[in-house]
Amino acid sequence: MIYREAGQFKTSYGTDQAMLPIAQDRWVVGAAVAVMLLVVPFISNEYMLQAVLIPFLILSLAAIGLNLLTGYAGQLSLGTAAFMAVGGYMAYKFTTMFPGLNLLVVFLFSGVCAAAVGLVFGIPSLRIKGFYLAVATLAAQFFLNWTFNKVPWFYNYNPSGTITMPPRELFGVMAGGPAATAETRYLIALVVVVVLTVVAKNLVRGRIGRSWMAIRDMDIAAEIIGFQPYQTKLLAFAISSFYCGVAGAMYFCLYLGSAESEAYSIDLSFEVLFMVIIGGLGSLLGSFLGAAFIVLLPIFLTNAPQLVGLTLPIDVQKHIELMVFGGLIVWFLIVEPRGLARLWQIAKEKLRRWPFPY
Amino acid sequence: MKKLTTYGLGLVAGLAAIAATPAAYADDPQFFPMLVYRTGPYAPNGIPSANGMRDFYMLTNVRDGGVNGVEVAVEECETEYNTKIGVECYERLKGKHGGASLVNPYSTGITYQLIPKAPVDEVPVLSMGYGRTAAADGRVFKWAFNFPTTYWSQASAFIRYVGEQEGGIENLSGKKIALVYHNSAYGKEPIATLEKLSEIHGYDLTTLAVDHPGQEQKATWLQIRRLRPDWIFLWGWGVMNQVAIQEAAAIQFPMDHFIGVWWSGSENDVIPAGDAAIGYKAGTFHSVGATAQVHKDILEHLYDGDLEEAKKNGFGEVLYNRGLVNAMLGIEAVRTAQAKYGNRRMTGAEVRWGLENLDVTEERLGELGFGGYTRPIKVTCEDHEGNGPVLIQQWDGEQWNLVSDWIEPIREVVRPMIEEAAAAFAAENNITPRDCSAES
Repeated sequence: MIYREAGQFKTSYGTDQAMLPIAQDRWVVGAAVAVMLLVVPFISNEYMLQAVLIPFLILSLAAIGLNLLTGYAGQLSLGTAAFMAVGGYMAYKFTTMFPGLNLLVVFLFSGVCAAAVGLVFGIPSLRIKGFYLAVATLAAQFFLNWTFNKVPWFYNYNPSGTITMPPRELFGVMAGGPAATAETRYLIALVVVVVLTVVAKNLVRGRIGRSWMAIRDMDIAAEIIGFQPYQTKLLAFAISSFYCGVAGAMYFCLYLGSAESEAYSIDLSFEVLFMVIIGGLGSLLGSFLGAAFIVLLPIFLTNAPQLVGLTLPIDVQKHIELMVFGGLIVWFLIVEPRGLARLWQIAKEKLRRWPFPY
Repeated sequence: MKKLTTYGLGLVAGLAAIAATPAAYADDPQFFPMLVYRTGPYAPNGIPSANGMRDFYMLTNVRDGGVNGVEVAVEECETEYNTKIGVECYERLKGKHGGASLVNPYSTGITYQLIPKAPVDEVPVLSMGYGRTAAADGRVFKWAFNFPTTYWSQASAFIRYVGEQEGGIENLSGKKIALVYHNSAYGKEPIATLEKLSEIHGYDLTTLAVDHPGQEQKATWLQIRRLRPDWIFLWGWGVMNQVAIQEAAAIQFPMDHFIGVWWSGSENDVIPAGDAAIGYKAGTFHSVGATAQVHKDILEHLYDGDLEEAKKNGFGEVLYNRGLVNAMLGIEAVRTAQAKYGNRRMTGAEVRWGLENLDVTEERLGELGFGGYTRPIKVTCEDHEGNGPVLIQQWDGEQWNLVSDWIEPIREVVRPMIEEAAAAFAAENNITPRDCSAES
């Protein structure tokens, strides 16, 4: 009953092709964005914004990037963190070389640089598939991390090899560096993520997304009906890396503030891959749900014993957290191997029939 | 489970100790957030450090009745030595119990993150013997302190020491020195100093990076076997140290020519290599063993004289002792601030003033129970590093022994480098260096 579409008539091509064809979806998404934009910054404390919501938003974007490549185009990649690193380090270079450059433009340029690097590391995908491709992209991870560690130009010859975000303004408000408030950073991240999500949504349901899915489902058939695998795959790599690059730039500029190449280690690649797998391959909603699961759950588990008034030695608490977290991953994958997004879909079906299921 | 019980007992004992304190504290407590790592690959080093700090804070409450009557409160947060988690911990703890007095990040990576935040949050960063070396220039880094000495000072002191061992620093020319370092901001700290000094003294420097967490070092030590260096410096942490010492033993490198940074010289690092580690040296900036008055006080007040129980917490180990020194300096900074602002809870900004005007004399060290255990220290507005000399300790298979006197760093080389790095940081971050003559 709640999700009933009966009575929602589409009377024009415009409404038929709307991004969210069901009115309920439009309301829910609209309300969620409005709350995130207008309510959350005012009711959240700094810890909530800085340590919880900002990383959640940024990693959601990275997960969307990987989902475009792995979920939609079917190309398994373990180089996500490397492409994020390109974004982060290039953002640092751009903003220190051109201090007057608008921060959003910096993100854009960093994304473009990451896309270019992604193109190069996407070339092997033309010859190799599946797990072998994952290993090839692993090369990107190690090579790029090594580069950012080894070539002093990337960190402006700083003796410790660390990059630090200098103070930067955006439209007259402090947006980068330590003086920027958590609210400002959160709002910037939110706006970028929302805009890029809308773009991604339109990409995947249009010509490009369909060509990706065709390649994913059966590349030979796709080739026969006229998709060029080589352009399609490279485009997937480029766009995916662009998303990861922007996420990496924001990860450095808005979240960490100061980073070394270790911040973009292979662990981060795996983390994003888990977000995509747990959230749901081939679903934008899944990217958000997966990021929420991976980012928010450990923080919740860390704080949970205190919330119920339990004082445990912190190492015991950490071990419990790791065990519970691991257990939950296994449980979710058993219950629904197609990810949290699929759970939501099932819930939607149920809500449509509620209260009279048949 | 046994561990849990031990902790449970420890906790009960701790609570009982707090409850037993006679003084009823009128004011808000002086809060010290503790970023610790009791899990993960760095836990062997993180646990004794954290216990040492915690014990000294507790001792301050029990023995001294707080800091001039203000109770000391601590709360731990587990970082796993992971920068991201560490920053999350900092964000979570900084506002608790009326606000943090100062933060001891206990990780160079976390220190780098917190230094820019410090002036905004008004929480001074005390990175004792680690972190960003350039922070020694207090004109640029108003809120960061790294006394009693820094990585760059230590690297230069090592060169001076090696020079002495070779019979004069002029004999270093043509010698081969290898640096095995943790491939992170921490491990890279000494490279610039060692390179600069190699230009002056003419030794060949080879730097060999070991990636986090450092369990795999076969390739590194193969290179060392080929290189046959005269001296090896080790800049490691956690599991990496044990592995490096075992590998050095495996290639039969003369251990007395193998010197670790002060973070690579704890019991946990040498014991796994067994007798092969005998002769291994490391830097330090305080004495060794449970020999000071403060140890007796801790044993008496916190453990009821039960040495076995205390040893379970790392009592008397190198890193435990360093935790004691670290906590003592933080507490003294609060006392210094109280001398100016009055005996109440100090805010972060007031503690910062205390850190900057810290002057711990030999006499004061004696009163605190650290007489002869570490050096007196005086911090100034320009110099957040204090005086900076280093000791060398050596492992004899049973315990660490001091084998050198205080070695002065090569300040005429190090200080200009610090000022240069600080100036670069200031330029990049639009900071105008303070005029120290205008500070009170």
